[in-house]
Amino acid sequence: MDSIKGSSWQSRLAVVLIAILLVALLIQAVANPGQFVSQLLIGITNGAIIALVALGYTLVYGIIELINFAHGDNFMIGSFVGLTLLAGFGIFAPISGDSGTFIKILGVLLALVVAMVVCGFVNVAIERIAYKPLRNSPRLAVLITAIGMSFILQNIGLVWKGPAQVPFPELISSANIFPGDAIIFRWKDLFVIAATIPLLLGLSYFIKNTKQGKAMRAVAQDKEAAAMVGINVNRTISITFLLGGILAGASGVMFGLFNGITVFNVGFTQGLYAFTAAVLGGIGNLTGAVVGGFLIGIIGSMADQYIGVRWTAIVIFGVLVLVLVFRPRGLLGDRSAVQGGGE
Amino acid sequence: MALLEVENMHSYYGNIHALRGVSLTVEEGEVVTLIGSNGAGKTTTLRSIHGVLPPKEGKVIFDGKEIQGTPAHDMISRGIAQSPEGRKIFSRMTVRENLEMGAYHRSDRDGIRTDMDRVFELFPRLQERIKQEAGTMSGGEQQMLAIGRALMSRPRLLLLDEPSMGLSPVLVERIFDIIREINAQGTTILLVEQNANVALEIATRGYVLETGAIVNSAPAAKLREDPKVREAYLGEI
Repeated sequence: MDSIKGSSWQSRLAVVLIAILLVALLIQAVANPGQFVSQLLIGITNGAIIALVALGYTLVYGIIELINFAHGDNFMIGSFVGLTLLAGFGIFAPISGDSGTFIKILGVLLALVVAMVVCGFVNVAIERIAYKPLRNSPRLAVLITAIGMSFILQNIGLVWKGPAQVPFPELISSANIFPGDAIIFRWKDLFVIAATIPLLLGLSYFIKNTKQGKAMRAVAQDKEAAAMVGINVNRTISITFLLGGILAGASGVMFGLFNGITVFNVGFTQGLYAFTAAVLGGIGNLTGAVVGGFLIGIIGSMADQYIGVRWTAIVIFGVLVLVLVFRPRGLLGDRSAVQGGGE
Repeated sequence: MALLEVENMHSYYGNIHALRGVSLTVEEGEVVTLIGSNGAGKTTTLRSIHGVLPPKEGKVIFDGKEIQGTPAHDMISRGIAQSPEGRKIFSRMTVRENLEMGAYHRSDRDGIRTDMDRVFELFPRLQERIKQEAGTMSGGEQQMLAIGRALMSRPRLLLLDEPSMGLSPVLVERIFDIIREINAQGTTILLVEQNANVALEIATRGYVLETGAIVNSAPAAKLREDPKVREAYLGEI
């Protein structure tokens, strides 16, 4: 952190505050290692879901420099699609905790895939209808439109499932994988991690190695030059929205299965955390979004345990402020991975 | 029949009437240059031909077909490539990736490899820097990359916008030697240049552009002798 060298009193204060937090955490960790590890694992699991949503914000920002506020609400739509599918549409019996293992696995996979497809296309449609006509307008116009789209999706959710929280079927066991109570890591947690890793690897491979991924990076760097070498810029932007929507759909279903509930405005809260994660990591940077997501998940779980649930949001945004004091462009923000490596 | 024929082309930036009826022709195998002062519309002409800024009026005929209104990303498969003003390389990609992007619309792997080798023959420096991130290279190297990237599509017509911009005199001479070489290998070139001296040296014909309209056109040798051109663009009194 070479920026400390010429530091102002604010940045010194930030260092001191972060150091105090870390020391306090360390003391707790030594006092009760099992609890600490359990919280860490919970944080990683929550972080995985946040990271997937954060990637959607950062992908879109990387390519058209727009904060797609409707993205969090698309995540909510994803959880609703998954829930509706698991309820069976009246075509097949609702899949519940009592169903057979095979049916449960099939149900989860189906819910994930259908939500990914639906959310992908919802995202593409939003871009076509609301953002593309404003491609050459002042950026503020598109931003306001994005907020408008967010409200529209929220109200669709409100009409669809009502204002109350709706329960998700308990398809994945909440039993602890490890014997005893020393360290708690449930099958649910494992499911989230196991679903996240292939998505992250797939995205990374796509952006780094495929022709379309390279086209995305080219468009992110220079739209005019990209068009000159024969890249269809509009189609590439659509594909970026498709990818973001796919991730939102998957994480929406994962969130529902993991937390056992969903609600029409879940996209707002989760979206806010995910957006914070994207900013923390450096918006536009894919690795940054993942790092930011896991960091916020872990910070949140630690604050839940050691400070108090009511303080969690304050701690998370406090850390965001502290980090931005040092690195106004986020942790990895000096180098955009959408535009660069994409690892 | 000319390879490129532009008839009475009008283009606008918003309400600004930037091109007021530009007409020009480029024959197969020629190097044609467009000279003119800053803001005369040289870059706008290239952008309009290329579909980046679609002309509001007039015709662009390439290889016998009207192409005005064709989106820019379809121009490359018709055989038009551009090394744009300000280079516009993909600065966070490597040299190799930039060249690969130049062949984006192609899928013949062997052909792409042959063309990359050809680019490296023209610009050995690029081969040395093949894994380097393009944005970290010097201005001259970036210019070479921009031209190399355009060549990767194996274009019939190469639009070159200000290849000498920001380069030292020695480098300018080298780049123009290479442009001559590219033309000798069979690529037709439409060259926009602020540096009229070097441009008229390698061009077969030239057009003089003033406030969005062609005011003079002649074989390059003749333009070099023209007192008005000498005074306005060749820095002589």
